[in-house]
Amino acid sequence: MFPAAFDYHRAGSVDEAIALLKQYGGDARILAGGQSLIPAMRYRLARPAVLIDINPVSDLGYIRDSDGMLVLGALARDAELERTPKLHDRYPLLADVSAVVADPVVRQMGTVVGSLCHNDPAGDWAVAALASRAQVVVRGAAGTRTVAIDDFLVDSFTTAVADGEMALEAHFPAPPGRNAGSYQKIERKVGDFATASAAAWASLAADGTFAEVGIAIGAAGPTAKRVVAAETLLRGKKPTRELIRAAADEAAKAADPSADGRGSVAYKKAMAGVLVGRALDGTCKRLGIEV
Amino acid sequence: MTITVTVNGTKYVRDVEPRTLLAYFLRESLGLTGTHIGCDSSSCGVCVVVMDGERAVKSCTMFAVQADGHEILTVEGLAAGAALHPLQQAFWDQHGLQCGYCTPGMLMTSYVLLGKNPNPSEAEIRDGLSGNLCRCTGYNNIVKAVQQAAATLGAAAREPEAVAS
Repeated sequence: MFPAAFDYHRAGSVDEAIALLKQYGGDARILAGGQSLIPAMRYRLARPAVLIDINPVSDLGYIRDSDGMLVLGALARDAELERTPKLHDRYPLLADVSAVVADPVVRQMGTVVGSLCHNDPAGDWAVAALASRAQVVVRGAAGTRTVAIDDFLVDSFTTAVADGEMALEAHFPAPPGRNAGSYQKIERKVGDFATASAAAWASLAADGTFAEVGIAIGAAGPTAKRVVAAETLLRGKKPTRELIRAAADEAAKAADPSADGRGSVAYKKAMAGVLVGRALDGTCKRLGIEV
Repeated sequence: MTITVTVNGTKYVRDVEPRTLLAYFLRESLGLTGTHIGCDSSSCGVCVVVMDGERAVKSCTMFAVQADGHEILTVEGLAAGAALHPLQQAFWDQHGLQCGYCTPGMLMTSYVLLGKNPNPSEAEIRDGLSGNLCRCTGYNNIVKAVQQAAATLGAAAREPEAVAS
């Protein structure tokens, strides 16, 4: 089906996009990769009256590794991350995600920031963003604000981006020192949304205990979900098999999935646990720890 | 709105509705029906075309207005006159198709894949084509075809004169 008719505007700069957003407010949506928005419009799940295409903005596709964080511009495509091997050692969690979002052709258009803005409960980037304590920079006519990912993901398909605002970039921290992460996903076929997914990120203290830990699960509720109980359990302790199993159990408990063609509630809850276990195993392996 | 799109080296100026999807623009406005429409929801990959020589895109999930000022390559633009592109020749030689419906998308996705990675492993080919569905072949001959094309294109890059003669 074709989308409902809309007015199309092209922004040549961020300022132009903001001016258009101010003019059209809640009637307008930003078009970046379009890989979620266009299908949603085709299914008439979304009917924006105005699309503001930011693809002509020439300097929005940046991927910068600076000041202990990866900064991704609104047009940074999944495939660009996937094809930047020098980032894979410092940001292994993001490298994992960049290789499993949708399919390889969709990733050539799809953007990280766009995925966060779409906020599909089974999307991949929101899970990784929660685990790595990402932030999203949001700009409107009144100025720029930085929103922690936990506050950014408001509800299914709803974010903290208000009418007249756009998400400009995402910040993924990776402080100096020993830290690593891993993303795990079960999908029925390439290109399908996750049946279940999990991200882990951790930094190690000098004594070999977990200093900072991030654990999040996807397809486990209205939005991707941080598993606070698992993070609390792991922080300050040395990784062991028993500890990882206990953290996985907390994830299975926290998961609140819906039954659909991909699996039952019981199956998806169990898989949330299994995948958190695998993500922690993968993280420990990358940290060079035997568990 | 009026857009100017270069498709297979020819510049077209056309008036389109903003909601016109690129696949339908190519097929219905330009008559280039080599680009197929399958799932119509970005899942199957039969509609893949190449944008600006470097990006494979699902043309059912992009608006024609987004192609304004850009270059699009479709399956019709692969062959040089009667001489098949090495990818097309390889699909022929390796029997990389049966019904042929998915073939244009397979060819265009492979075109970008080999552009980025001229010497892919079998696993890289299978991964690179994982967004393109084929219901006939079981993929093995498609993978062989891409391997053959990689070898042919690699040989041509190393010894352009030998291949030309």
